[in-house]
Amino acid sequence: MERSEGRIHSLRVEGITKRFPGVLACDDISMAIGEHEILALVGENGAGKTTLMNILMGLYQPDEGSILINNEPVHFKSPRDAFEAGIGMVHQRYMLIPNLTVVENIALGMKEAHKKGVMKLGEVRRKMQEVSDNYGLHVDPEAYVWQLSVGEQQRVELVKTLCYGARFLILDEPTSALTPQETDELLVLLKNMSKQLSIIFISHKLQEVKTLSHKVSVLRHGRMTFSGDTEKYTPAELASFMTGTKVELPVNERIDMKGEAVLELKNLKARSDRGFFALDDLNLTVRAGEIVGLAGVSGNGQKELAEVINGIRRLEGGEIRFFGENIANLTPGKVIEKGMGYIPEDRNTEGIVPSFSIRENIILKDNTTGKYSKKRFLKLGTIAEVSDRLKEQFDIRCPNTTTAAGSLSGGNIQKVILAREIDRSPRFLVAVYPTRGLDMGAAEFIHQQLLELRNKGIGILLVSEELEEIMNLSDRIGIIYKGKIMDVLDGNTAEIKTLGLLMAGVKND
Amino acid sequence: MTKQQFSLVYKTTVLLIAIAAAALLGAMVLWAIGAPVLKTFLVIFLEPLKSFYITTEVLIRLIPLVLIALGIAVAFRSGILNIGAEGQMLMGILGATIVATQMPGLPRFAIIPLSMIAGVIFGGAYGFIPGFLKAKLGVSELLSTVMLNYIAAQTYILCLRGPLIDPAELVTGSGTPQSIRFPRQAWLTRMVPGTRLHTGIIIALVLAVVIYFFLWRTSWGYKMRAAGAEAKAARYGGINVSAWLIIAMVISGAFAGLAGAVEVLGLHRRAIEGISMGYGFTGIVVALFGGLHPAGIVPSAFLFGLILVGGDMTQRMVGVPVNMVQVLQGIIILTIVSVKMVINNPYIMERAERRFNKSEHKKSEEAQA
Repeated sequence: MERSEGRIHSLRVEGITKRFPGVLACDDISMAIGEHEILALVGENGAGKTTLMNILMGLYQPDEGSILINNEPVHFKSPRDAFEAGIGMVHQRYMLIPNLTVVENIALGMKEAHKKGVMKLGEVRRKMQEVSDNYGLHVDPEAYVWQLSVGEQQRVELVKTLCYGARFLILDEPTSALTPQETDELLVLLKNMSKQLSIIFISHKLQEVKTLSHKVSVLRHGRMTFSGDTEKYTPAELASFMTGTKVELPVNERIDMKGEAVLELKNLKARSDRGFFALDDLNLTVRAGEIVGLAGVSGNGQKELAEVINGIRRLEGGEIRFFGENIANLTPGKVIEKGMGYIPEDRNTEGIVPSFSIRENIILKDNTTGKYSKKRFLKLGTIAEVSDRLKEQFDIRCPNTTTAAGSLSGGNIQKVILAREIDRSPRFLVAVYPTRGLDMGAAEFIHQQLLELRNKGIGILLVSEELEEIMNLSDRIGIIYKGKIMDVLDGNTAEIKTLGLLMAGVKND
Repeated sequence: MTKQQFSLVYKTTVLLIAIAAAALLGAMVLWAIGAPVLKTFLVIFLEPLKSFYITTEVLIRLIPLVLIALGIAVAFRSGILNIGAEGQMLMGILGATIVATQMPGLPRFAIIPLSMIAGVIFGGAYGFIPGFLKAKLGVSELLSTVMLNYIAAQTYILCLRGPLIDPAELVTGSGTPQSIRFPRQAWLTRMVPGTRLHTGIIIALVLAVVIYFFLWRTSWGYKMRAAGAEAKAARYGGINVSAWLIIAMVISGAFAGLAGAVEVLGLHRRAIEGISMGYGFTGIVVALFGGLHPAGIVPSAFLFGLILVGGDMTQRMVGVPVNMVQVLQGIIILTIVSVKMVINNPYIMERAERRFNKSEHKKSEEAQA
């Protein structure tokens, strides 16, 4: 297909249906987006938003229905066809190759950058610079992708898409990894960009949908249940369209548990994968029965902090006092034995073994203890019973507990992890981005579980980028910036504005 | 047609097409070298099973293949690709030979287990080297195991030419590299009179069951499989991934070593040159073909044993060289492995089902009209 430089005046999908084995992912969906319009596509996890967008991007072929650009039917056999028609997408799970640098990743999809087997990285760099300057998206072209934080990787994705000459942007939950300031900037940026192109914007955050979009479409169980002009509806109304019921996120009552300090982090120093000090003299204390929210832009040492506490990363200085005992640089197994619970950032390949069944994942940390084994033989009966109970208790939606955990949706994977960690009755819990990318229903459930744990007197260190989550749940809020705690605020009195400034490294004395 | 019915019909059809495709490709090869096509196939797959004696020969080849493949399955499931079974097997033969020839005074109940244990230790130690290098220094096991195969092959011959050589060979001056014949009490019992089938088959089958229980019913096996399936998650779960990697390689090497010991005690009764017959490599194919699961490995080993024996027979009966049979073997493996991917892909099946239903629908409409 020849690259058409023409503008996209309208994009329509008509009667799109897509089936997967056992699932109807999209059921007769029709919608239309005009030039300079921003359409927000909202819906819970598993509602079919991502599938629909993957069809638009040529990653999947629809079983029925058609796509029309400027009223002409088009067929995208591969993502390249879609790129060439001018459609660009930033996926929720970033499509980057970790072992390549940023500029190499961007060069991958640019035909003109590797003509006749010769890589013209200079050209790509220049193009990147152009896009970066134009939109204020700054990334280091020479950094390896694996070295970047999630937020930085998303910026790479945006730059990549724009470098490919996208004139129609699809953004799959673009703000889920950004700070409030960055989110605001992105929203302004997108609004400006809509003067030149059209945008489909997938989101859970209805406030953003409200500020940014002109039109909104709601998907539920693969069907389009609502479609209309954004300005006519309040976020609360949109939320009820989305879930069918009203959802209210639970809030910490902040009844003081007066617990003793259970996790004391003193002068922690640790290096990141790139070799610099990601934790630089960090101090923080968490008491029993309180949730300490750790707010910050991703990449400021949150990941390293969680790994150091759990023995996965080497601590180079300082000490970690856990119930008075120094647990610095114990093996992960020993830290687990001390009663530490941990919900890791990467739920898909760290929190679970994806090819293992739900049952096998439930016993990940207790396969040698008396709970699930006797003289090293696994108690298969007990394991099945406990798993079935946890499936009910934590509302894990799956055919049965022998299903491979990796085949579940993000929300259900997180419930499996949560079920395992809570059922182990931990003495403390480190929860890293526990609701990232989850829908309101799943987030509500996880928040309730965390609060219940807190009210039982368990201390929780909650790492999050979503200020609403931090404000709702935390007794105290620590702000991390460049490996240091900028300040610790009281959860009752903290203001979003102050938090945002501290997260950006600005401290008002 | 219900979903289950369709699934069954679909899978059978695909399998039949695959067998037909493999047969066709094989026929083309045979035709190209001017061999009688049909007769060659019949000889490979049916001739060995026509006689009881030759069937036992197939089972004899199954023994080392099962043992090696079980070890390979343990390693692969734990995330380390052991290509070194050939070398580990030779080391096992060496270990067993040393015990059997150097302690000829031992009674039967001691000499057999001790020889086998020596084989296990030699093979296991030889598996430890690449495991340790991988776990501690990140040396690719593909590289180290393949190189260690060369070292093992030369060491083996060196021992047979030197310290272990049968003194009779020196006297007669023929100098064939082989050890002395093992004392009679070190021989494994031949189970059926008039055949060479020895008790090694019981060891192989029992260990297949043991490995199943080990991998899927114990916390050790669980840890190894977790480390192999997703090392990051295993580490998060408190599993010492690098330690289990080494253990997996030791077990894998020990199985190859045992295969060597059983082979030399049961069949040859002396260490000779060329004894491993490439079992260490065929064992990898047997393991993968059997889905890295004992229940698949045993039939898979039977199939490959059949092809090995059948290949020998084609050479004698229809004049097709054994090398050509290996080509056929390669074609069959490639076809069946590709087909397995198709059968196990739910998306392709779903699409086929929809197309099938559509055409059925159309037919019934036409019939009504």
